[in-house]
Amino acid sequence: MARFETESRPAGYDGAARERVGFFTDTSVCIGCKACEVACKEWNLLPEDGFVFTAESYDNTGALGSETWRHVAFIEQDVPLIQTAGDGDDGNPMRWLMSSDVCKHCTSAACLNVCPTGALFRTELGTVVVQDDICNGCGMCVPACPFGVIARRERDGDGRAWKCTLCYDRTKDGLTPACAAACPTESIQYGPLDELRGRAAQRLESVQQQGFAGARLYGEDPEDGVDGFGAFFLLLDEPQVYGLPPDPVDPTKRLGEMWGAAAAAGAALALGVAASLLGRRG
Amino acid sequence: MPGLGASFGRGGATTFQQDLANSDCIVIMGSNAAECHPVGFQFVMEAREKGAEVIHIDPRYTRTSAMSTHFLRLRAGSDIALLGGVINHILQNGLEFREYVEHYTNASVIIDDRFLDTEDLDGLFSGWDPGERQYDTTSWSYEDMRVSASAGEREQGGTMGEQAGHGGQGAALSHGEPPHEDPALEHPRCVFQILKRHFSRYTPEMVEQLTGVPAAQVVWLAETLARNSGRERTSAFVYAVGWTQHTVGVQYIRSASIIQLLLGNVGRPGGGVMALRGHATIQGSTDIPTLYNILPGYIPMPHVHEDNSLERFLDVYSSYAGFWGRMPSYFISLLKAWWGEAATPENGYCFDRLPRISDDHSMYQIALGMREKTVKGLICAGQNPAVGSANAGLYRRAMADLDWLVVRDFVESETAAFWYDSQEIEDGDLRTEDIGTEVFFLPAAAQTEKSGSYTNTQRLVQWHHKAVEPRGDCRSELWFYYHLGRIIREKLSGSGEARDRGVLDLTWAYPTEGEIREPSAEAVLAEINGFGPDGRPIGAYTELKDDGSTSCGCWIYCGVYAGGQNMAARRKPWTEQPAAAPEWGWAWPANRRILYNRASADRHGKPWSERKRWVWWDADEGKWTGEDVPDFVVDMPPDYEPPDGARAEKALRGDKPFIMQGDGRGWLFAPSGLVDGPMPVHYEPDESPIENLLYGQRSNPVRQQLRRPRNPHNPAEGEQGADRFPYVLTTYRLTEHHTGGGMSRYVEHLAELQPALFCEVSPQLAAERGLANGGWATISTSRAEIEARVLVTNRMHPVTVDGRTLHQVGMPFHYGPRGFARGDTPNDLLAMVMDPNVHIQESKAATCTIRPGRRAARRQRRGPEPGAG
Repeated sequence: MARFETESRPAGYDGAARERVGFFTDTSVCIGCKACEVACKEWNLLPEDGFVFTAESYDNTGALGSETWRHVAFIEQDVPLIQTAGDGDDGNPMRWLMSSDVCKHCTSAACLNVCPTGALFRTELGTVVVQDDICNGCGMCVPACPFGVIARRERDGDGRAWKCTLCYDRTKDGLTPACAAACPTESIQYGPLDELRGRAAQRLESVQQQGFAGARLYGEDPEDGVDGFGAFFLLLDEPQVYGLPPDPVDPTKRLGEMWGAAAAAGAALALGVAASLLGRRG
Repeated sequence: MPGLGASFGRGGATTFQQDLANSDCIVIMGSNAAECHPVGFQFVMEAREKGAEVIHIDPRYTRTSAMSTHFLRLRAGSDIALLGGVINHILQNGLEFREYVEHYTNASVIIDDRFLDTEDLDGLFSGWDPGERQYDTTSWSYEDMRVSASAGEREQGGTMGEQAGHGGQGAALSHGEPPHEDPALEHPRCVFQILKRHFSRYTPEMVEQLTGVPAAQVVWLAETLARNSGRERTSAFVYAVGWTQHTVGVQYIRSASIIQLLLGNVGRPGGGVMALRGHATIQGSTDIPTLYNILPGYIPMPHVHEDNSLERFLDVYSSYAGFWGRMPSYFISLLKAWWGEAATPENGYCFDRLPRISDDHSMYQIALGMREKTVKGLICAGQNPAVGSANAGLYRRAMADLDWLVVRDFVESETAAFWYDSQEIEDGDLRTEDIGTEVFFLPAAAQTEKSGSYTNTQRLVQWHHKAVEPRGDCRSELWFYYHLGRIIREKLSGSGEARDRGVLDLTWAYPTEGEIREPSAEAVLAEINGFGPDGRPIGAYTELKDDGSTSCGCWIYCGVYAGGQNMAARRKPWTEQPAAAPEWGWAWPANRRILYNRASADRHGKPWSERKRWVWWDADEGKWTGEDVPDFVVDMPPDYEPPDGARAEKALRGDKPFIMQGDGRGWLFAPSGLVDGPMPVHYEPDESPIENLLYGQRSNPVRQQLRRPRNPHNPAEGEQGADRFPYVLTTYRLTEHHTGGGMSRYVEHLAELQPALFCEVSPQLAAERGLANGGWATISTSRAEIEARVLVTNRMHPVTVDGRTLHQVGMPFHYGPRGFARGDTPNDLLAMVMDPNVHIQESKAATCTIRPGRRAARRQRRGPEPGAG
């Protein structure tokens, strides 16, 4: 199974490999301005995808999709943002979590692993990109993604799959992706993944010291079910609160085991059949 | 901005947004900074990261509240009560920064013995004229310094707001010293004692009854501010239109100014009052005004009743002491910039060619004039009043009474299309064939299609360069007005009429560029900056002369084109320069970033503390120096005493930092400049569901009410029918949209983010009125009835005021029937009722009612809405 290694440079590029890059989205400073959503659509020439009032807080975007590659979630909760001595607040504790979601650019990327045409590929920067001129719209990547990120665009009539490219047409030339460039509070940080992980660990410590309840990193662990995200997060609550899977797994990771199990089952079946035939004879 | 002008001397934010990062405590009130100023909000986040308290005080829990360390919910329209509670707690407990208060404010000054406070007159100050509904302000002056108000000046009452917005009010002070002072601050008529008595009834318990903020939190707020002020620490106030859009809005800003002066937070890093403006160049549009009553640089527009001589005008409006003492040089240089060679000493530099104002000609008066057919035509640019004006329905009807209307915009906005696409047309109240207005739509160039400047919220002038040529017939404002003037001048040429001289003699020779003959914006900037006797750009307003040898289009912008360099176009990264980033754009005045920064040092010129040092006196060099351009005469020592006969800035002492004021002090008590009182008073909004618990006088007595058949006011508490409108309505903006929506609702990528008008209600109100999340609601006032989608949220919560539960309804105001994001127009609900100083409407607090379902007229036409409540 072609598995992407967890080291900081992508395998298979040899000399062309560059340092692996990604996003660290620090939701503790996200102000929910949605500049990332707009910058993403402007740069990537994505169309609007419906003027729909959802009545779900300030989120009229809903989810990531083929025409939405950044999505800011808004979650209203009856708990205080900061655990303080209780003075100064009005007895109705409240916090409003905001978080800009994006493709995770998994180390072990199921979408890429299942793609039969090679349209999905690992770039020399370690990001995962769909080539729209190769994708044939088979849609196998869609159920493979443990986050529900990649999606087919029906509007074009061919159902090709689309998702965040981590602004490959910017990053390969040394530019910052559009969303990170537009973010006014540096909630979305772009850079070499190793550096971002170091920064995130420090940031988590600082946020915990400031008394933010429930702060945690999500997707920074290279030992998780997708071998770590290329785009990971600092969250202030459990991932499922933000609509994120708590324990995502690349389903193709177990393909080897599954083939093994299938082979064993097949062998057992063959043995049984043979035994019965032999028995008849006997 | 008279709130700041009357307090400190200049009508601009005292600090810059980057400096908020240096603050130890930031109070954001009357502002939803994270949503409306998201880019500048990074500096608030930086302060929070460094451990600062960030306190958001608002009727609604917003994206700003979500980023703050503390949130206090108050009743819309009760801010002065809360701030008054803070002032009272500071004064009753001796928490003021005593040394700062004694030397840098007018706390010690003795006030005229005829002055009577709202304490004495049940909510009115002395000088009230019930017939004219205005104050004679003479009894508010410093003792033995009575300023005689001539008949003409009294008649100007309603027009003087912005004129007073920029200091210069202490006109008659000699030597820059008030006649009587008590340095011990104990004289019963000294400002400090008057202030203490005035606010003594704003106890935490009373404030709780008025605002809904629990008494313990009022005390906590005052203590937190005091703890984060003083020599070692500083606190900042941030406000925006949540303060200005009230019938007593200017006094909201005065309240914060008083707190900041008492705590010694003005002129110091991490301190000050940060006025966040409504959009890109709102500060610029009062500096070089789009207002009727001031000239560039806050020089008053002459009044028709005045003695028409230049000498008299200069005498009335220049000050003895402080930099307004140089007003003749600013004004004559302005006349020279406009009329050039034609302006001579013999003809008073063409002073008589300036128009004169005869009355209040502000925006809402113009709308009523349109209704009454005294205003025949309207040029509307950069504005969408069919959506953005209070009582927008009245405004749309008024446009139908015009002979002609010109709209310049990028899109055919609701204002341009009022005659065929509006609520009135839809409801059949107006018919297109009955509207006689001739409408011209002129497409405007966008900011990327023209060069020019923005003056942003922190007085920072920033240049933008044209990226592409405007498409088709789109043209810049500069192009339009230049060529309009050129064509008018051609048509008038040869006229012998005296009345045409003002237009024909104007300097109008701007070089033009390119195929479309775009005037050079930089040539305009050079004219604004001004030229010296040698014809070269000057570097500072102190170089201006009153003998006609210099010219200058706006004295406070002197230096923006110093040495022929466009200083506003500088973009040196902050990483490559000092903290004040002096080479990023250019800030008026004189590229200062923190105003009144002399106050960052003690009276001897020493920094109050190492931690908060900014500008100080260098005795060896004999000058003021530091992190910023000193806002002081650079070589005036701290112990300077003005000799007899000294004038202008030389008439102020070396320990008085507020150099635009006639006495060099920050004004806790404003003896002049404001039409509704020398100190803030809690008045109820024009429409309010409770009585004024403090005084018999319910609302601001001087507010402009404009009562008309189509501008009725909801009955107030105690009046018949008050129970029809039991809820408080407040309007606001969203990050996703821009004001009247012309720049956002017509843009797909923005419109889809907030695609429909909605109202925000608490679960409690939703239960009381049967409102369903995602369903429809109809919101009504005595002006209009509109419908909106419902958003039920815990971010809204009832408050307890005057012993009862009060619900508040929130609505973003951006919407209209056109563009991609559509909806009814919340401004239809509001009355035209205004602050008397600046004629800003009260859009942040009104009364309303709400019920489930769509509005009646629309339901009748379309039949019942499936699934709507």
